[in-house]
Amino acid sequence: MFFDSDLLMSALRALTPILLAALGGALCERAGVFNIGLEGMMLMGCFTAVTTSWFTGSPWLGVLAAALAAAAYSLILAVGAVTLRGDAVVLGIAMNLLAVGLTSFLLRTVFGVQGTFDDPSLAGLPLVGGFSPLAYLAWAAVAVATLVLSRHVWGLRLRGVGEAPQAAATLGVSPAKYQYAAVLVSGVLCGLAGAQLALGNVTLFSENMTAGRGWIAVVAVMLGRALPLGVLLAALLFGLAEAAGFRLQGLGLPQQATDAAPYVVTLGALFLTTARRRRRTTPAGAVS
Amino acid sequence: MTPQRADAEVAVELRGITKRFPGTLANDAVDLTVRRGEIHALMGENGAGKSTLMSVLYGMERPDAGEIRIDGRTVTFADPGAAMAAGLGMVHQSFKLFDSLTVAENVVFAAEPRRFGLVDRAAARRRVRELAAEHGLAVDPDARVGDLPVGLRQRVEILKLLHRGARTLILDEPTAVLTPAEADALFTVLKSLTAQGRTVILVTHKLREVLEGSDNVTVLRDGRVVARLRTAETTADEIAAAMTGRAVELDRVHAPGTPGDVVLDVEDLTTDAVREVGLTVRAGEIVGIAGVAGNGQSELIEALAGLRRVTAGRVTLRGRDITHASATERRARGLAYVPEDRHAVGTAPAASVADNLAMGHHRRSLSSHGLLPPAAVRAHARRLVERFGVKAATPEVPASALSGGNLQKLLIGRELAHEAPLLLVEQPTRGVDIGAIQNIHDELIAYRDAGHAVLLVSAELSEIRGLADRVLVMYEGRVTATYPKDGADERTLGLAMAGGAAPVEVGD
Repeated sequence: MFFDSDLLMSALRALTPILLAALGGALCERAGVFNIGLEGMMLMGCFTAVTTSWFTGSPWLGVLAAALAAAAYSLILAVGAVTLRGDAVVLGIAMNLLAVGLTSFLLRTVFGVQGTFDDPSLAGLPLVGGFSPLAYLAWAAVAVATLVLSRHVWGLRLRGVGEAPQAAATLGVSPAKYQYAAVLVSGVLCGLAGAQLALGNVTLFSENMTAGRGWIAVVAVMLGRALPLGVLLAALLFGLAEAAGFRLQGLGLPQQATDAAPYVVTLGALFLTTARRRRRTTPAGAVS
Repeated sequence: MTPQRADAEVAVELRGITKRFPGTLANDAVDLTVRRGEIHALMGENGAGKSTLMSVLYGMERPDAGEIRIDGRTVTFADPGAAMAAGLGMVHQSFKLFDSLTVAENVVFAAEPRRFGLVDRAAARRRVRELAAEHGLAVDPDARVGDLPVGLRQRVEILKLLHRGARTLILDEPTAVLTPAEADALFTVLKSLTAQGRTVILVTHKLREVLEGSDNVTVLRDGRVVARLRTAETTADEIAAAMTGRAVELDRVHAPGTPGDVVLDVEDLTTDAVREVGLTVRAGEIVGIAGVAGNGQSELIEALAGLRRVTAGRVTLRGRDITHASATERRARGLAYVPEDRHAVGTAPAASVADNLAMGHHRRSLSSHGLLPPAAVRAHARRLVERFGVKAATPEVPASALSGGNLQKLLIGRELAHEAPLLLVEQPTRGVDIGAIQNIHDELIAYRDAGHAVLLVSAELSEIRGLADRVLVMYEGRVTATYPKDGADERTLGLAMAGGAAPVEVGD
């Protein structure tokens, strides 16, 4: 049988990094900051997690350092887009490109290797009940984000800020404060996503190892309409695609083809969402 | 009103407020005294300094000189939050609401009732219901604000202020977007608020509602107070004269035209929001379409202008079927169009005044072997700027630098200059000063008297009544009533606009 519980389990394992990053992206989206720098933040998280785990011997310190480093890196977006009112798209792309260059450079400087750093004594995250502890954290984050966004005072204000910053400002709510908070939290979540990728899914660092997962997370935000539960479903879809890719490989399909599975799903999802969006925004007459 | 008590009675007092912006003196030593429990109208034309004065009062601008006293105490507001804390509240002309949130969430936003850090939604709903019941502002607390009509959104804005304990409410042009019935309802609410001892400052340039609804009037012109009037002792003419600095004839009903041949013939026209509309417009005639916004008038005009697909029916312009013709073909056949949205549809804001005036004329009079000689464009612009009194520093400034009224003059001038047999014109004087309204009306009448046909859509009943030779009322996409000039008073028209009229046929 092609679809069985094993496939679901491996999908659940594969989706954790995407889910964590997409939750961060959803928060930013809700606050009115279009964050496409998830990929870069995640990659910074991967590198920091591996480096810290290597030098301290503790994967937990690696996770913590990854979260802090990616949060610090996310300040580029916060300062650039919120304070300096720059274009978030341009900033996000720059952050993604910078992260690839910076981590490749540091890989050479710190470890003296090119391509991949891989060592049997590099400590990865343990499994608890078949899953990485960060997987449980990601699921909990879905619940917390749902509750905060829908019911908490902070979430109400965040949604207000994202929708009509001026209206929020007239009521004494500072849009910048909430947007900074959303971007920083997305940094933390992307850092955790990176740590999961580099110390959970595998235990190594290789150049550009995120391989588009941050971009897939951006699509998950759109597909899930920036709702935590919607993002979870979208991430599950991508997780299934990735797991199905491995399975197909086992059936003899070439790896190059099966590796493409998540991206094909991404394209399909993008196509569906834009088609849906276009239908919703048919001209409804000029309203002044 | 409460009995006279000298100082305690003053809710808001502004003394000698002066505010300069680069190049202009927006407020020049303005004094304003608003007593507790009154509706105080602050009037003036565009650019007279009303908005600046209210921005100063509400902590959005710092005055260069002057003093603000609330309840007799001198205050300085660093931001609107401080003004709110002192009991002021402002309903901005463009509402500051969150469309995707519910009414209750909008009302309590940033002043939420809480339980364990979470928004106490039951308490928020209760609070909205209480406030609504107390002040006659009925609105469903669970409705999404984006789904509400404008009149109800305004209620949400007022509820928001009442929830924050505002004792003085500032309303900036509150009726600009309301139907006559909604405006009446608003004034009932405002009167009940003042009866409870709250104070209302009404910023407006609409004379009628000031006369009907206010207790006192302060008139600004060129940044100075030019009149302080008790509403009961003044007249519309006196206020208008104070606002403009000259005598203005208001609500003039122009003499009827002399209709000639049929220019526009519409039969059973149907589009997505228009149902089987039939009408004719003759040369030398203005046909007015009255209706509450959203009853298909805009869609009808767009269909006639060639901007909206016609699903059924027939449109004939000067004997030729143009039902499915492009906008270009229609214009070539003799149609000019002044759209409702002058910023997004009528003009190109980033283009210069001269270029905006050339648009449409570029195909014919201004074109020379397919090129546009700059000298011809400039001369054309100078001619129209002069004829229609457009106030622009030079024809090279971008159209976005013009005030709303000046932009409208530019647009109307450009379209009239086509001398097209048929003119479609929507809301020709919305947001335009009293003095300029008169000029625009005179131009439209002159255009008609020159033998052109005009189809006019307006939300201002006095405008329809003053200009139109025949009045059609649209309701839910259909023409539900037709009246000859002077055939219906405002009450009858208002009733028909609300869907309460039996169809009336008049021979034409």
